[in-house]
Amino acid sequence: MNKQSNVYTIIYIIVLVVVVGAALALTSMSLHDRQQANADADKMRQILASVHLSAPTSEIGTEFDRYITSQYIVDESGAIVSDNGAFSVDVAAQSKVEPAKRKLPVYECTLAAGDVKYIVPLYGAGLWGPIWGYVAFNSDGSTLYGAYFAHQGETPGLGAEIEKPQFSDQFEGKTVFHGDKFLPIAVVKAGQKPLNGEDYVDGISGGTITSKGVGAMLDSSLTPYAAFLSNLRSK
Amino acid sequence: MAEKISNKSVFFNPFSKNNPVVVQVLGICSVLAVTAKLEPAFVMGISVIAVLAFSNVIISLLRNTIPTNIRIIVQLVVVAGLVVIVDQLLKAYAYDVSKQLSVFIGLIITNCILMGRLEAFAMGNKPWPSFLDGIGNGIGYAVILVIVGFFRELLGSGTLFGIQVIPQAFYDAGYVNNGLMILPPMALIVVACIIWVHRSRNKELQED
Repeated sequence: MNKQSNVYTIIYIIVLVVVVGAALALTSMSLHDRQQANADADKMRQILASVHLSAPTSEIGTEFDRYITSQYIVDESGAIVSDNGAFSVDVAAQSKVEPAKRKLPVYECTLAAGDVKYIVPLYGAGLWGPIWGYVAFNSDGSTLYGAYFAHQGETPGLGAEIEKPQFSDQFEGKTVFHGDKFLPIAVVKAGQKPLNGEDYVDGISGGTITSKGVGAMLDSSLTPYAAFLSNLRSK
Repeated sequence: MAEKISNKSVFFNPFSKNNPVVVQVLGICSVLAVTAKLEPAFVMGISVIAVLAFSNVIISLLRNTIPTNIRIIVQLVVVAGLVVIVDQLLKAYAYDVSKQLSVFIGLIITNCILMGRLEAFAMGNKPWPSFLDGIGNGIGYAVILVIVGFFRELLGSGTLFGIQVIPQAFYDAGYVNNGLMILPPMALIVVACIIWVHRSRNKELQED
């Protein structure tokens, strides 16, 4: 058989692609459950990080179940629309839905001392790709207890610094309600402050666009929760 | 293949005399990117060894059937398939590491060492020598990666595999981690130092 003929070449490549494709499909299907479990454990780790808790990967599931005492979905008016399923909400997809129709997950975390914290997810855009995070509110619905940020591919040493505690610890104790006004925290250049009296944290030098992205993410992700947080406050 | 090379030298040459990184200077981009810590460097090394060995064997088995005009495509398809499988395995069994390595596992596909070995060796040799060649070159690459990772993590973070090795007393006495070691340029400088040491020990590699 002539191995340089067009027919041989075409048949050869078709067979090769089918075989490789089948092998990949098989791998992907057989590993999917494990990968999903890993991704879930990672998400649990991030949620717990926002309330300053950490655990080894093998125990993350039990720790999560111990501290996260309930999770539910609220809507823009602050009413609970579903008693569970917060964990499976795709925050990235929800951020593209108009606020009135969004499913807004809330995780209630009961700490050892009996304090209840309310954790909500954030999702936004940095310089190179998506950034996300979780912020935990005290039971007054206004004061931040902790924050956690992560990114996909911000510049190491600059924008990527948002995942460091040096950045996220600044959020502790900031408030989002001033009088009756809801003002999600601003991220500004060191030395500046916002004109409207909003609480603020210092951005990262050299990571201006990522810092602005965090500010915009806080705005767009927290504003739909305004009614829910306001209800907490009046409790 | 004019001369017959022994299996032993096929396996051991890439360790030193024909090392893919410090002699041929291939695969430098991943050396820059994944060596800030020892653990990802180690996993990346293992991944490259696995991909290189298996793609060498597969290409070597197919070598007499591959149509010449699409041989690079066939090599790429085989390598890409293996890399995706490795990536999936890491996501399932070493999630944290796979997050750190992120795109670099995918970039093994374009690692020049792979295409170089497939084209130069596996296309013209039997499966067993090809397997040894793949393992040998993979180890030659991994060793450099681990050496660079060792120095960068030790001097940059004071840890090895994430475990603190520089005692607290040093820090109390005024020792500071060298933040520069974490940044990519230091990987090149460390590689250059390795090349320097390597060439001064192997005179025949020195150019005029």
